[in-house]
This record gives sequence, C-alpha cells and structure tokens, in this order.
Amino acid sequence: MSSQPPKLPAAPAHAQKLAGGCFHCAEPCSAGAFVLDGKSFCCFGCQTVFSLLRENGLEQFYQLQAAPGTRIRAASAAAKWAFLDDPAVSEKLFDYADRTQAKVTLHLPTIHCVACVWLLENLFKLHPGVGHSQVNFSRREAAITFAPVKIKFSELVALLTSIGYEPELTFGETEKTGPSPWRKKAWLQIGVAGFAFGNIMIMSLPFYFGLDSFNGPWFKAVAGWLGLAFALPVVTFSAGDFWRAAWLSVRQRTITLEVPIVMGLAAIYLSSVIEVFEQRGPGFCDSLCGLIFFLLCGRLFQKKTYDRLTFDRDYKGFFPLSVVRKNSGGEASVAISQLEIGDHLILRNGELLPADAKLVSGEACLDYSFVTGESEPVARAAGDHLYAGGRQVGGAIEVETVKSVAQSYLAALWNHEAFRKNSDHNLDSLTNRYSRRFTKLVIGIALAAAVFWIFKDATKALKAFTSVLIVACPCALALAAPLAQGTAQRILARLKIFLKNALVIERMAVVDTIVLDKTGTLTTADARGVEFQNAECGVRSAELSAEEMNWIGSLARHSTHPHSVRIAKALLFSILPVTGFKETPGGGIAGEIAGHKLLLGSRTWLAKQGVTAGKNASPPKITDIKNAGSAVFVAMDGKLRGAFALENSLRPEVAQLIAQLGGKFELALLSGDNERESARFQKLFGARAVLKFNQSPSDKLNFIRELQSRGRKVMMVGDGLNDAGALKQAEVGVAIVEQIGIFSPASDVILDAAELPRLARVLAFSRGAARVVRAGFVISALYNLVGVSIAAAGLLSPIVCAILMPLSSVTVVAISCGATAWLGRKLQVEKLQVAAPVRLNIQYSTFNPQPIAKEAA
Amino acid sequence: MSVVIILIVASLAVALLFLAGFVWAVRSGQYEDTVTPSLRVLAEDDKNKISETKPN
Repeated sequence: MSSQPPKLPAAPAHAQKLAGGCFHCAEPCSAGAFVLDGKSFCCFGCQTVFSLLRENGLEQFYQLQAAPGTRIRAASAAAKWAFLDDPAVSEKLFDYADRTQAKVTLHLPTIHCVACVWLLENLFKLHPGVGHSQVNFSRREAAITFAPVKIKFSELVALLTSIGYEPELTFGETEKTGPSPWRKKAWLQIGVAGFAFGNIMIMSLPFYFGLDSFNGPWFKAVAGWLGLAFALPVVTFSAGDFWRAAWLSVRQRTITLEVPIVMGLAAIYLSSVIEVFEQRGPGFCDSLCGLIFFLLCGRLFQKKTYDRLTFDRDYKGFFPLSVVRKNSGGEASVAISQLEIGDHLILRNGELLPADAKLVSGEACLDYSFVTGESEPVARAAGDHLYAGGRQVGGAIEVETVKSVAQSYLAALWNHEAFRKNSDHNLDSLTNRYSRRFTKLVIGIALAAAVFWIFKDATKALKAFTSVLIVACPCALALAAPLAQGTAQRILARLKIFLKNALVIERMAVVDTIVLDKTGTLTTADARGVEFQNAECGVRSAELSAEEMNWIGSLARHSTHPHSVRIAKALLFSILPVTGFKETPGGGIAGEIAGHKLLLGSRTWLAKQGVTAGKNASPPKITDIKNAGSAVFVAMDGKLRGAFALENSLRPEVAQLIAQLGGKFELALLSGDNERESARFQKLFGARAVLKFNQSPSDKLNFIRELQSRGRKVMMVGDGLNDAGALKQAEVGVAIVEQIGIFSPASDVILDAAELPRLARVLAFSRGAARVVRAGFVISALYNLVGVSIAAAGLLSPIVCAILMPLSSVTVVAISCGATAWLGRKLQVEKLQVAAPVRLNIQYSTFNPQPIAKEAA
Repeated sequence: MSVVIILIVASLAVALLFLAGFVWAVRSGQYEDTVTPSLRVLAEDDKNKISETKPN
C-alpha cells in the first residue's frame, strides 16, 4: 500500500460527460422532467430512490460522491422474485438460516464506489427486518443478515433492486460451494513459518558470531531443542502442501519440483535432530524455517487469485435463476431447476431461453451470437423448434419447453466430450522439466559423495549425504519461477489482462500460431459503423442535420432493441422530450418530437405504416445495405428519409495489431458468421492466412486440433460460448470480455476488450518473462554447484548454511522480480503513449480495485 | 549468565502472544477482505450506526 491517502474514487465516466445530469445517476435528463428539492432526475425511479434515502436519513450517500447511483431501469415488484421464497431455491442460496434470522451473500455487480459500500452497510435503516450487512468490495458481494419473519427474501431482493443493486442470481449460483478456505490457511502457514524463522534466528545469532563460548554448552542444547520444537509445526503444518504435492507426484510416477524440496526439508530436519541429540550443535532449523517461509511467500504471491473472475464457469453461469412460467392463474416466476417438459414460458425482450422449446405464439427473433457467433438475430415462426441459449429480441413470446434444461442443446454442447480440457499442462511446465533432471543429478551426487566417504572416512558418509541434499534443496529454484511469473501476472492484471495462473505465461511464451474469432473479438457492435444512407440520392453520407440527428437519437433512446441502442449512441447529443412513443415488436418504433412524426424500423413495417418514398427519390440501394449488415429505415412526417446501415465495426487498432502479429506468428480467422466480409478480412490478414467462415463450435475445435497435430502451439482468442471448445483445446485460450467480471467462457486468460491491441506486446512480454525464469534457474544452479561441492567435501557447517541459503534465495528473488518488473515497465511506458482516453481509464483502475489490490503484504 | 534464560522466556512469551494475535486475526476473517475497510473509513461516522460486529 502506498503511503499516500487514497484518493476518492473518480466519478464514473458518464458523470463527467454530462454535468447537470441526474442527481442520482448522472444520466442525461430531459429538461424539467423530474425535479425534487431543486435537484433534477432522469427518471421517476431515480427520484424515488432519492426520496427514499432522504426519508431514512441516508443523504450522506450523495455527499460521498457526486451522482453515485445507478439508473433505475424498471420498477421492481416483489412478485417478480416470489420464486426465491421457495425453500428449495432459498436453501441453496442462504449461507445460514434458522427461524429468526438468515444470512445470504449476494453478488451485486453494480457496486462501484465508496457510497455504494456505505449505503449497503446502512441497509438496516431502510427496513427494520434487515440486520447487519457487510460489503466485500473487490468481490462485489454483500453479506446480509435479515429476519425472514419481518422481510421475506423476495422482498429483500426487491428492496436491493429498487435502490439500484439488482443481485446477479444465476442458475450456477445455486450450486455454489462455499468460499475456499485456502486463503486463511495460507496466511496461517506463512505466519507460523515466519514466527519460527524469526525466533530461531535470534537464538542462532550467537553461533553465527562465535559468541556461544560465553554461554557454555547448555545454551547450545537449549537453542537446539527450542529450534527443533519451533521447526516441527513449520515442517508439518506450514510445509504440509509440499508434502502432499510430493506424495501425489510420486504416486503418479512423475517428479515435480516438490520432490527434491521435501527431500531437502526432510534431510535438514533429520540432520538437525541428530546434531542436537549428539550435542554437536544447534542444527539447521533457522535455515529450514527461513526457506519454508520464503517458499510460502513465493507461493502466495503466485497463487493470488482474482476475486471477481472465474476462469472455469460453465453454461449454468450464463443462465438466469428464474424464468416466467404461465400457469392456469396467470404468470409466475419459477426457478429454472424446477422447469418441467411441457411448461409454457414467457420470454420478454432481452431474456434468455434456458431450454430447448417450441414457439407457441409471438414473433420470435432470437439472438444466438453468444452461442454461434452469428451476429444477426434469427426470426422464427410459431411451431418452430428453438434451441436453448438464444436471447429474445423484441416483444414477448410464449414457448413450450420440449427438453429439460440439462438435456438441452447448450448443456449438451457444453458437456460434449471434446469440450473438456483434460490435458493437464502443469506436468509439462518448464519448472518440472528442469526439476526432473535436477532431482536425478542431486541424488546421484549425494550417493556418490556417500560412497566416496564410506571408503575414506565412514563417520563422514552420512553427513556428506545429508549435506548435499540440504544444500541442493532447490528452494531458490522453486522461488525463481513463481516470483517471476507472479510479478508478470500482477503487471498484466494492472493492464486488465488476467491470467488463470502463472504457468500460462510459460505457455504463452511458446505460442507460434494465433487463431482469432471474428464476431465480438475483432469486431464489435457499437456506435461506430452506424452509417446513414440518404433516401434522396442513395449516396452514403451524413446528410442528417444536427437537429434531425437529435430527433432520431431521442426517439431511439426509448427502445432497448440493440439496433436502437446503437443508433442512439451514435447520434445523441441532447435529449428532447418524445410524445406518443410506441414500439411494435419486430417492426419498429414511432414517436413525435418537436412537432415531427418519426418512424424508425424495418422497411416492411414502414410500408405498413403508409410511408412512401419522397417525390423525387430513388429508393436506397438495399443491396448495399444487405451486404454491410442490417438496415434500419427512417421516415419523417410520413416520408422516407433514409436508412441506417449497421455494420459490425472493427475494434480500433485491430488492423495495427494484425500487422504486428503477422510477421511473427501464423494467423487464422474463424467465424460463425457468413462469408459476406471475407474479402475485407483476407485483405487485413494477408493472403497466406487461413480464413474460415460458417464455423460451428466443433469445427473450431477441430481446426485447433488439426493445427496441434501439425505441432503448432496455438493461442485461441475468442469471446463466446461458441468458442468455448476451441479456447479449451488451445494451448492458451484468451477470452475477450467487454466488462471484467461478467460471464466469460472457460479460458486461461481473460482480456478486457479495450486491451486487445496490446496482445502483441503481451506476447513479447511473456517471452521476456520466460527468459527471466530461465536466468533464475541458471543462477540458483550456480549457487547449488558451489554449495554442493562444499557439502560433498564434508565441510558444511551451520554458518555456511546460514549464509549460503538465504543469500541464494534473496538474489534469485531480487533478480526474478526486478527483471520482470523492468520488462513490465517497458510494457506500461508503451501503454502511456496511447491516446488520452486510455490514460483516464488507468486512473480509474487505480482506485477501482482490481484483484491486484490484494497484496500479499 | 542465567539471565539469558529469563530473557529467552520473556521474549518467547511476547512472541507467542503476537502469534496468537495473528492467528486470531486470520481466523476472524480480517485477511479475507483488505479492500473494503479502506473504503469504509472514508464515510464519516454515523452516531446512529449499530456498532460493528465481527462477521459470523
């Protein structure tokens, strides 16, 4: 932690964009719509939250940070959450429950600032049934104790939702196992080792300086016995994981680094016992505890997990916890686990289909982009079979389930044998390859020394044997890799590139082929790529006046359809009031702004509304638009004004990235999309690269396999479930996410989409880090060589041990961390040269604690 | 030189006390979350607030 007082978190980006926005959430307000107490609000929801907080004396929320709230999207009715009161559901979610109180830990993704923490921990002021609540900021979780008699669980969730903290309740959540206790145990192990190390060291100091003659032989005995007593819990408890790992690797008939480590530890402790028993000296317990202490620190450093990220989620994390089921009396929310075949479900705009089903009524338009990579939603007619995993776009539909959740397409895809990552890369890591040779060598030298001394001076044989094992204990070796990799992992995490574990760096360093997914990875659907095509002459140009743009933007803002959202983003400057807004699902939207009637929607829908092309207009070149993506038509006052071509735009700097990678790696592109953009990408990737379109998830997987069978080391970069198999099969699977902490398929690396252009530099960095690890190995090997020759000569004394061992560890630690950090600084310096907005991001991330904030201290 | 014995006993007693303190701190969950407390102090104390209880 730095000594500077922490800065107040910077306001969210949108707060700075529009001063004078909503007092609660900083979203832009239409003038004079909702005003209370001289403060303006963007919507009734925000105003309600404000008055609720004010009535309960929680106004400090707004003093902690300007506009700290999140926009209240929809009123929350407790009825929506009624399924949570079903004991079968709540039991799985509660941490603890008895008659009078229950405790639940909820994931609230909208927690983002100091004020959120404060408000949630003062939740008891809003309802008498709520007791103590405690927020874990980095996990975005709140543990809430409440009295179910006074406030039902569904009411608690509704209360949280009404103030802007809707819990993320996914199907996978109900099967969670408790938080892993490894962290507590790791701290205790380090604490015990450090304690013993320090105390034994203090008592050993007189021996280092030859002062023991002052105290007589009894002091040596006392120090020896105390040392053995202190070291016992260190060897058994603190180093327990090393013993377990070594035992495991012996049983699997392989040699990992743990084997020589525990051999060394055992040799040191046993020879200390012998020394103390024979009253020859105080033993080597100081070195022993010091080594274990350093090893544990290195391990914690490496093992530091990312709280908000999960690398091994399955499809269940993608599913919501509940869905609306139609029954005789009407509609009710029901937990997904209780769905039965033949149930009638209602899916609204943006909701996900959890099981394979048949469409009963409504206009289904399902967005399967996450499953198949195809960016266009597909329309289905009544009676059609719908596969699970699609998201409904448009109006509500009614479906009848034909398969259970667990047997549906998505689950079947997920459970497909090919999609399981069996290959355990750990056994083949750099460290383990070195340690296999190393262990054989050390045992060989120890035996040779013992045999030599048996013939020359039999009394020294045992000492020489154990001494070699002691000195050769590859602690420096064991430290080198974790520390260099852990430092690299930390540096990357600061740049929003998260590695599943430090070994990924090693694998990244050997990658020679990079396979990229198209939709969602290289391209993205955002404000860029929205192009207006004028109806008058069919020429592509921004011939909308600023005024017209505002009208269309203000209208589009009211719809949640992805096309509307993109258009609103691209056009909106200031918000104008819209009257008579009407949305026709699957058709378009209509409204009146500044006295003009506007229609925005599909061509056929506009025609149905009686829109005619202008007098002297040639119709827009529909073919052009078809090629580019989808089209949204605009009519003003009954006349066709033109159309928006919505194209999936390339992420910024992607062209540059591909140029950088092209020289060093073999590139390939896989896409679930159709071939319409083939030419554009062939140009981008160069003639040699393989481009494949219309790829199913298993096609992608097989492509990676095929590359691997030719001996290539493949890195797969993808974003959706459709890439899940390929991500798992590849040596390194990189998942691209728009928002850290939101669902991502199982992978080795989670990369913030904005950091994609940095991929080439990250690969170069990982190569550097792997070199640092090798350098660490060489240095510790040199130390061992010196130590082993002393030991084999039978000259090892406690003083030599006490100097040599910490010295080797400290130098290796310094070199590993220092060199990696230096490489990282180069990475970060390059980052700062990027345009200004990125720099702003860095500022936020310094306070918006990344997992990195959990220092090993 | 028997004073050394007293010193050793005294220093060990202090050291064990600290170890016990550390074990208590870890067990009571103080190392679980090292971020939120640093945010929590930024909010001004509220007279009405229920006293902080340790997590169950």
